[in-house]
Amino acid sequence: MIDTIIRFAFLLLVPPLMLGLINRVKSVFAGRKGPPLLQSWRDIVKLAGKGIVLSSTTSWVFIAGPAVTLAAILVAGSLVPYGPFRSPFGFAGDLVLFAYLFGLARFFTTSAALDTGSAFEGMGASREVTFAILSEPAFFLSLLALARLSGALDLNGLLLGPEGGFSTATAAPLVLVGLALGIVLLAETSRIPVDDPNTHLELTMIHEVMVLDHSGPLLGAVLYSAALRLFVLSSVLLHVVMPFRIGVAALDWILFAAGLAGISIVIGVIESVMARFRMGRVPWFLTGALLCAGSAFVLLVR
Amino acid sequence: MSTHIDSFAPLVNGKAVDLSSLPLLAAEALASGIGEGIGKGKRVIAYFGTNYEGIAGGRGIGLVAVLADDAANGLVAARTLPVEGGFPSIATAFPQVQLFEREIAEQYGLVPEGHPWLKPVRYHHSWTESDAWGRDRHAPIPPAVGDFYRVEGDEVHEVAVGPVHAGIIEPGHFRFQCHGETVFHLEIALGYQHRGLEASLAGKPAGLPGNRSMRLAETIAGDTSIAHATAHAQVHEALAGARSSPRADTLRAIALELERLANHTGDLGAIAGDIGYLPTSSYCGRIRGDFLNLTAILCGNRFGRGYVASGGVDHDLDEAERGALLSRLAAAEKDVTVAVSLLWDSSSVMARLEDTGRLTREVAVELGLVGVAARASGLARDARADNPSGIWRFAHVPVATAESGDVLARAHVRWLEIQRSIAFIRERLEGMPGGKARNPVGAPAASRLVVTLVEGWRGEVCHVALTGDEGSFLRYKVVDPSFHNWSGLARALRGQEISDFPLCNKSFNLSYCGHDL
Repeated sequence: MIDTIIRFAFLLLVPPLMLGLINRVKSVFAGRKGPPLLQSWRDIVKLAGKGIVLSSTTSWVFIAGPAVTLAAILVAGSLVPYGPFRSPFGFAGDLVLFAYLFGLARFFTTSAALDTGSAFEGMGASREVTFAILSEPAFFLSLLALARLSGALDLNGLLLGPEGGFSTATAAPLVLVGLALGIVLLAETSRIPVDDPNTHLELTMIHEVMVLDHSGPLLGAVLYSAALRLFVLSSVLLHVVMPFRIGVAALDWILFAAGLAGISIVIGVIESVMARFRMGRVPWFLTGALLCAGSAFVLLVR
Repeated sequence: MSTHIDSFAPLVNGKAVDLSSLPLLAAEALASGIGEGIGKGKRVIAYFGTNYEGIAGGRGIGLVAVLADDAANGLVAARTLPVEGGFPSIATAFPQVQLFEREIAEQYGLVPEGHPWLKPVRYHHSWTESDAWGRDRHAPIPPAVGDFYRVEGDEVHEVAVGPVHAGIIEPGHFRFQCHGETVFHLEIALGYQHRGLEASLAGKPAGLPGNRSMRLAETIAGDTSIAHATAHAQVHEALAGARSSPRADTLRAIALELERLANHTGDLGAIAGDIGYLPTSSYCGRIRGDFLNLTAILCGNRFGRGYVASGGVDHDLDEAERGALLSRLAAAEKDVTVAVSLLWDSSSVMARLEDTGRLTREVAVELGLVGVAARASGLARDARADNPSGIWRFAHVPVATAESGDVLARAHVRWLEIQRSIAFIRERLEGMPGGKARNPVGAPAASRLVVTLVEGWRGEVCHVALTGDEGSFLRYKVVDPSFHNWSGLARALRGQEISDFPLCNKSFNLSYCGHDL
């Protein structure tokens, strides 16, 4: 019971802190002090208290976009085991629901973008779904490879692995799955080298440009969903790159938090030391993820 | 075979000539002369209309053309008899004159006959009674409204960007014809910053104390204050037959190179910022400030305002300031070397910059590009070397060029120039000539024409002044490098991904108000 409460506390409270940590790491590289860790939370709270400006060309879809996205990702987040702590809602085949909740979120985000009728937002929506064609199968194949490895068809089982952990004989496919999930994480959370969350240049944006017209609480929901997405996908990735447990609940929660911090720092470092790909190269990067996941799957079913 | 170009009068940068020494040609002869000149490797640096009323016996509107012959280190110029109604356009054969012809049409209501794309440049009313488009003299002219080149087809879409942008930059409108992510065509509509600068200089007495013209010249393009102010001061000096001392020339050159350093450093940082490469972006932002502070040591203002004056500079450099400049220059050099080297050492940055926004040498020649953009496409065009004035007649800076014409080349040319400017400033500071910082400048001579060229950080700044009988400006023409180079940016985008536009734009970093005047 305690662990379930901690689970939801983590899911609801921690995600914006990851963004804060990424920004701090980037600031260190840039020689700046950087914003406080709580800045993303402050932004979300500030936006929640603001008014909303709605364009007269938009319909209910525009409002549904951020709302459905937030709901879908919250539900997806409740299906994933965090560290050794199992999700209370797991069922056989929930990985399909999990993957499609992200699909649903994408559908509503892009629909809300198209609803504005803006050329920029249409361009962003087009980019988002084009790249999703590659990142979604990579994500699915990664989950399938893990299902094959663990013999389970629910997220709890396939992410926590067989009793006693994954065997060393499966190291090669696990490394490949880790790579694939890492790339998918960067793409889905619109980080460098795929997207640049800090740019103000509409023509180069992917995710940010789709939410240009949102304001106030809707924009707050968008920011919060983006943080949640980062948190949920990071906790999936953690199972593959850090499949350790201590056995003491408190320590395992600390280990899990440390893992999330580690991923945030790695993302921050990646963003600091490399430039973005040009847009035309992004599909190649995602194809890399697809190939990694596919190869892992092939290794397992041969 | 008529060779009208041979009748053009030779000129020297910064030397006034009597108006009567310019040949008076028919408009047709001037146009074919310009064409012949371009065919022989010259390029148009100014082509504009002027009101002849104000010269003894003058009437009507004439055209003046100034061409630069970079290889022969000279200029040539000619003018026309009064033109009525229209003049032949040569823009189809020689695209580098297309904007000049449109400008003449807009300012004087003279129609360039056969112009392929006759649109206003800055969207203002004609200076004369006639309007090239027959618009009402009193109806407002909304900027950038009108025809845009369109590509038709089901899969083609149009993207309009600006005039309000997401960053704190000047206003301009960009219209893209796209096929998916690929840009077929980009058309740029400017004019939002038009403030009537040339018109406010005309009719003013040249170079007299208390004259506001120097203040106006400094703000033609706020980031190019020293270059424009120097060009304007040299106009005054040439008209009055005065000369600035070698010491003043050296100080002007140091200020000019500091301006180049600050802007090039800022640009490299901005290019890094556009591709999401954090370290160079942040460091260069700060180091740009360091270079601006060096300019402040020189003159008290970080942007060089109020420094260049007719006859010299406003403030002489004392020994303490010289020492401070030298030591802080060395510190900034160390920092900028580290920050910029990060760019070249990062493979992801190189992959991003290479082959983006490529402009071939042929296109650069055709469009008459100048400055960094031209040098990055392999053209060794640099007014400091080709048509030097001031201290540049005695001190040389190697011209930095690159071959590939892409964003990487434009970034690299900037880096080479940063290194060479630092070396130049150090060399000048270590051997400062004596003399007065400012010489007196007398009254300007009547009926003269003078052309001054200064290589600003963005490219060649060209001022042309004609004086009337009273010695006041009959016409003052300003050609900012941006006026030549905006069309280069539009061409560089062809066949590129639309998401590369901001990066290409940064690599040119052109001035809106320098164009809009």
